[in-house]
Amino acid sequence: MLKMIRRHLKGYGGQAVAGPVFMVLEVVCEMIMPLIMARIVDQAIPQGDTGGIFRMGAAMVALALLSMFCGVMGAKLGINASQGFGANLRLALFEKIQTFSFADIDRFSSASLITRTTNDVNNMTIMLTMGLRIMVRTPMMLLSALIIAVTINARLALVLVVIIPLMTLAIAGIMGVGIRLFGLVQRRLDALNEVLQENLVAIRVVKAFVRRDLEKKKFQRSNDDLTDAFLRVGMRIVALMPIMTVCMNGATVAVLYLGGRMVMGGQFDLGSLQAFISYIAQILMSVMMVAMSLLQLSRAQASARRIQEVFDATSDIQDGPAGDRLPRPQGRVEFRDVSFRYAAGGEGDDVLSHIDLDIPAGRFVAIIGGTGVGKSSLVNLIPRFYDVTDGAVLLDGVDVRDYPVEELRRRVGMVLQTNVLFTGTIRENLLWGDPDATEEDLVRAAKDAQAYGFIMSTPNGFETHLDQGGVNLSGGQKQRLCIARAMLKKPAVLILDDSTSAVDSATEAAIRESFHRNLKDTTVIIIAQRISSVRYADEIVILEDDHVAGRGTHEELLASNPIYQEIYQSQQEGVEE
Amino acid sequence: MPGPGRAPRGGYQKPKELGKTVRRLLGYLTRSPLPLVLVLVCLLTSVAANLGGSYMLRDIINRFVWSGCTDVAGLGLALVGLIVVYALGAVAAYVQSAAMVRLAQRGVNRLRRDLFDALQDLPLSFFDQHPHGELMSRFTNDADNVQMALEQSLVSLVSSALMFVGLVTLMLVINWRLFLVTLAVLALTTALFRLIGGKSRRYYQDQQTALGSLNGNIQEVIEGLRVVKAFTHEEQATADFKVRNDAYRDAASLAGFFSGIIGPVSHNLMNMSYALTACFGGVLSVLQGFDLGGLVVYLNYSKQVGQPINQVSQQMTALLSALAGAERIFAVMDAQPEVDQGKVTLVRAEGEARAWCWSVPEADGSRRLVPLRGDVRFEEVNFSYVPGKRVLKNISLYATPGQKIAFVGSTGAGKTTITNLINRFYEIESGRITYDGIDVRDIAKDDLRASLGMVLQDTHLFTGTVMENIRYGRLDATDQECIQAAKTANAHSFIRRLPQGYQTMVTGDGANLSQGQRQLLAIARAAVADPPVMILDEATSSIDTRTEKHIEAGMDALMENRTVFVIAHRLSTVRNSNCIVVLEHGQVEEKGDHDSLLAQKGRYYQLYTGQFQLD
Repeated sequence: MLKMIRRHLKGYGGQAVAGPVFMVLEVVCEMIMPLIMARIVDQAIPQGDTGGIFRMGAAMVALALLSMFCGVMGAKLGINASQGFGANLRLALFEKIQTFSFADIDRFSSASLITRTTNDVNNMTIMLTMGLRIMVRTPMMLLSALIIAVTINARLALVLVVIIPLMTLAIAGIMGVGIRLFGLVQRRLDALNEVLQENLVAIRVVKAFVRRDLEKKKFQRSNDDLTDAFLRVGMRIVALMPIMTVCMNGATVAVLYLGGRMVMGGQFDLGSLQAFISYIAQILMSVMMVAMSLLQLSRAQASARRIQEVFDATSDIQDGPAGDRLPRPQGRVEFRDVSFRYAAGGEGDDVLSHIDLDIPAGRFVAIIGGTGVGKSSLVNLIPRFYDVTDGAVLLDGVDVRDYPVEELRRRVGMVLQTNVLFTGTIRENLLWGDPDATEEDLVRAAKDAQAYGFIMSTPNGFETHLDQGGVNLSGGQKQRLCIARAMLKKPAVLILDDSTSAVDSATEAAIRESFHRNLKDTTVIIIAQRISSVRYADEIVILEDDHVAGRGTHEELLASNPIYQEIYQSQQEGVEE
Repeated sequence: MPGPGRAPRGGYQKPKELGKTVRRLLGYLTRSPLPLVLVLVCLLTSVAANLGGSYMLRDIINRFVWSGCTDVAGLGLALVGLIVVYALGAVAAYVQSAAMVRLAQRGVNRLRRDLFDALQDLPLSFFDQHPHGELMSRFTNDADNVQMALEQSLVSLVSSALMFVGLVTLMLVINWRLFLVTLAVLALTTALFRLIGGKSRRYYQDQQTALGSLNGNIQEVIEGLRVVKAFTHEEQATADFKVRNDAYRDAASLAGFFSGIIGPVSHNLMNMSYALTACFGGVLSVLQGFDLGGLVVYLNYSKQVGQPINQVSQQMTALLSALAGAERIFAVMDAQPEVDQGKVTLVRAEGEARAWCWSVPEADGSRRLVPLRGDVRFEEVNFSYVPGKRVLKNISLYATPGQKIAFVGSTGAGKTTITNLINRFYEIESGRITYDGIDVRDIAKDDLRASLGMVLQDTHLFTGTVMENIRYGRLDATDQECIQAAKTANAHSFIRRLPQGYQTMVTGDGANLSQGQRQLLAIARAAVADPPVMILDEATSSIDTRTEKHIEAGMDALMENRTVFVIAHRLSTVRNSNCIVVLEHGQVEEKGDHDSLLAQKGRYYQLYTGQFQLD
């Protein structure tokens, strides 16, 4: 964790050092005050020296002001350093996540990556804010108070030898149990949230099946579990404060007794005794604060570990070496004996096995097959969203793993199954395809994707703002925007992964027509379910289980391929009667 | 644009009906005043012990702690008394906190339970209007705040107030002149607090706004990371992020500065008060013979007197934001629940067949049995989700038992809405829907829904095994019956291939299954329920046509002898329906079977031959 802190404090190191220095000064000023007070009680008052009292009082006020100034500076520098650290860490994490492969995203899950970037980084920042203050200030206070106490009266300071270990033991015992139970609370909280979230998401199912009572029972079980865990923690933690008070007051009484006897014997002064008691209080307070901040630290530790996991993930997708020896983009795609499984090396069946496929440049190829036969997996291998487990995928004769990733993806455009648009205007979303696109480019792409009509029917046309990724659009409209976005990229290979499912046949035909007209040199690979979407393709590839079960044109397959015939039958029945 | 019910960003909004909310919340804390009395007594004891104990020091110092006194035994005895007082205080403090934790936890448990129970009774329109995240935050953020407030803030406020009053009283008793000095510093502290607090609040709001924008950006980019990568948009995304990240850093630094200096400032003001008190106390001691014990004790008190003020200002914020949270929780609880005045219930008739019957109450108190046949009629039904924006206009149609009725039409034409009215997910505006001749409003809602099987557009599964998910359709179904239903839905073969077969855990709403597999499970779930009427809303949209073909036999078995309402995008799915209803803009445009509609050459014909967009 310390290494992480050091690395990401870059640029704020000065403040991170100066902050604690000011805090130390603050402590020193504060520590001197009871000493002056002791002199007032022991010397000035018995001697009736009012001038002396005023002088010493003024000195104390001055010290308090100085201490305040140091405290404010310490706070300022400390917060700047820790927020700076937080920003650095967040940026580093964000940049790291940007390098993740699809497999990495699958492994971590988006939700968990989001929590790590938000909550966990915040925990670290809070930890550092507290840490800079408490971890520096408190031990300093402890140390200086200890030194002064021993200086004032070493024999009396022996009380601490008894009380500090006692107190530490009590704190450690309670906190040890507490930390373990906090883990339990967190797990039960997650369980409760899961029940809740499922219920909310599936509220229609719950209502349709009239499962209200079952859901209430489920929730109450989690609810009771959570309360039980909370109670187990709570009942232990609440003992902490009273125990601390007992220790502190016990120490005071002991010092009073022992110190009082010394005063009676004339070996000690009342003022010093009073000062000593206030130092004892400081010391014990500090011990408690250290314990508390250790608790904080242990929480931050968990966050640090989760963040470190992200940093440690070495993305399996790295730039290839062929940066300067790349062929001119043409769009020929070859699969050579490709096998693929999601958890490479682990269990799980091959999703694809021994696929051989050669798609010449400029072809319009359709892939068709049942649910879950690996159609998406197959095309995801081309832009290296995943890497093959065996064999090789080649683009224009070069293994895709030899391309720099960015160059590869510039050449391969893809419209994904899930349509994601981003907050911003329609124009901004389309410009993702090509930031330098002109107005004509935009209009042409929109027209080609059959999106121009509805874009212009929105109140602000291209400037219409899409809220939360386009919740105000229908599925078909989103798909058409995504297609337009991909077309603007003018890639050598354009892949559409079931991207026209929400578009009706007539619109789809129009899109296909514009592909034909404007993307003559582009290799187009589409995945589709409908025969009407694939029948005009130059070649249709049928995937069945994990292999290619047929290739050819619509007519060829219809004549010879039983699977294709079956698909055709299932969709065409009755249409042509 | 935060609406009135929107989750809080900062913690500073004020509750609207303070008194009512507090009373209601206290009702959750405890039903009898006894525990509260116990807590109060313990609280008083611990505060009194604390203050009294320190006050005893004055006498002890004055009597024993001076050079020349030899009464060691007296000192010891006095200190034993002191120990007893302190110990009593500690015990009282423990009892009080433990009692409070127990009360608060039990109370929040009840609060969460009531909230969840209330939520289950709310109509779907409520869930449409409130995003899940917002409802979740009632259970997490708001309930947490309430818990903290009940556990700590409440007691802390009372004890701070007691402490403050006690301290001031004792200080006045010890030396009222000296108190004038303390008062002056206190006044200064309060003024500074107001100044810093105000600024801190304002910058905190800025920080929260910046945080909202930053987190929104993070969420969007990470959720859409696949697209970011597909478009190699990483650099641009990072640049956008960096702007927000820096803005947040600056806002957070500023807000953190103001909240960070509260500690040192107040702390050192207390030090200053200590210095001034020491100074004037010394002078008073010289000039007026003010006792040293008094001075020592007074100094202790003057150091402590700032704490309650600090505490009160902190806890007030916590308490107010907890009360605002409680108010939001209560608002959900008080939302209008689903209307259900139906008296007609669903029963199994006596006899061999044990057929389903409606039990209709008669005026004389007896009940008449009407066999359930599945005859559903719409009579001039009008409906709107939002008043004024009519979604369905004057719909009249009927489904006689055993018929398959299909709805087709563009998105937003009102297909799903019609089915949502049959099971009363939403209430119609005017007109009438009858079920076997009985107005659906007269049928008890649970019974109505139990008689209708639904496979919805979005399939949702629950954490649990595959078997448990199928059994969700009918809780008393045996394993055999569940497997049989899975076979009917053609789900059996893929389930068997799962790692643990029927015992495979479904997690995260079925994230480990494909969309098609989830849909098959949803169909199996409906099959096991075996309802007389079935509603299939795009049930097979995510299944490829060939697989659909394979499950058709199962679907046919599912539909046999039932009235079935089907909504489908794919026209091949609806071809063989008895009646196809073409909806457009909330109105029935055409009605008839496949052949007659094709012969009409109207909208259906256009849809079917692909001349018209289905979007």
